[in-house]
Amino acid sequence: MSLWFWILVACVVAYLTKLLGYLVPRKVLANPRFARVAGTLTIGLLASLTVVNTVATGQGLVVDSRIGALVAAAVALWLRAPFLVVVIVGAAAAAGLRLLGLP
Amino acid sequence: MTASLRHSPGARVGASIAVATGLYGMSFGALAVASGLDVWQTCVLSLLLFSGGSQFAFIGVIAGGGSGIAAASAAALLGIRNTVYGMQLNALLHPTGWRRFASAHVTIDESLATSTGQTDPVEQKRGFWVAGLGIFVLWNLFTLVGALAGDALGDPKQWGLDGAAVAAFLALLWPRLRSREAGAIAVACALVTVVAVPFVPAGVPILVAAVVAAAIGWFGSGPRGEGLEPDVEPKREATS
Repeated sequence: MSLWFWILVACVVAYLTKLLGYLVPRKVLANPRFARVAGTLTIGLLASLTVVNTVATGQGLVVDSRIGALVAAAVALWLRAPFLVVVIVGAAAAAGLRLLGLP
Repeated sequence: MTASLRHSPGARVGASIAVATGLYGMSFGALAVASGLDVWQTCVLSLLLFSGGSQFAFIGVIAGGGSGIAAASAAALLGIRNTVYGMQLNALLHPTGWRRFASAHVTIDESLATSTGQTDPVEQKRGFWVAGLGIFVLWNLFTLVGALAGDALGDPKQWGLDGAAVAAFLALLWPRLRSREAGAIAVACALVTVVAVPFVPAGVPILVAAVVAAAIGWFGSGPRGEGLEPDVEPKREATS
């Protein structure tokens, strides 16, 4: 039940965040720091989420097949593969390495 | 109307982006149920939260054993760029009445990119709505497909779904790493995360990285809007 609560909180906050953009006076737009913080936050959070999903298991740091998924995805992105292909390549790399007996 | 829409570059770009983006709702649906959400919770996130990065962030934290509040915080912080998009789109399209509230819901990376990629005001409007509504419909449809298929797959690790999550986050980050400063921010936040993982509860390292990223943005001197580049380049899509 508590997960439902946080799902709904996230949904309400997300909508209000979007709506806020349509309601703020133009003066706030003039503050370049606001746009920059929004931009660096996006980069920082995505980098952090990538790392957490690659090497973290709860509070432990673990090296396993997910590293292979990261490398394979990077190669696919470097070759300009579209999003869905990158995701499939990542899954295939992790699944393949596990078939070979890696954790 | 249909004939003029067929020859509308804004609508055509919007439609092609909608198809390309809508399909990866499937990976969200599959990953969400692998993270422990049920099919209803997964679909509610796509219907009501409707922002790919934030949705992946939410389930990414839950998958790592993080709490609901950490998941909601990560999703909320990642959505802050949508405020900037809303300001840009409000200035560009100035929607009024109920359209303003509908516009807000379909304000995402892709609808912004499609709209701002057009030069004619009518095409900017068409591009925004075709991309925004098109992605909304397809994203929700394919979320359901992915959630149901993922539910039927069994052990998510056997299918490499944790590897798929890693690839999805890297693919969301990749297009934003166009400048040296963006790369430096990504590396700094990645390092902070690795160091924080053993010391704080699951989910919190992401919030620590968010504080570091915000501080760099606040005190830094890089170009304004660093990292706000959308995931798609509408002009390139239009010619291909």
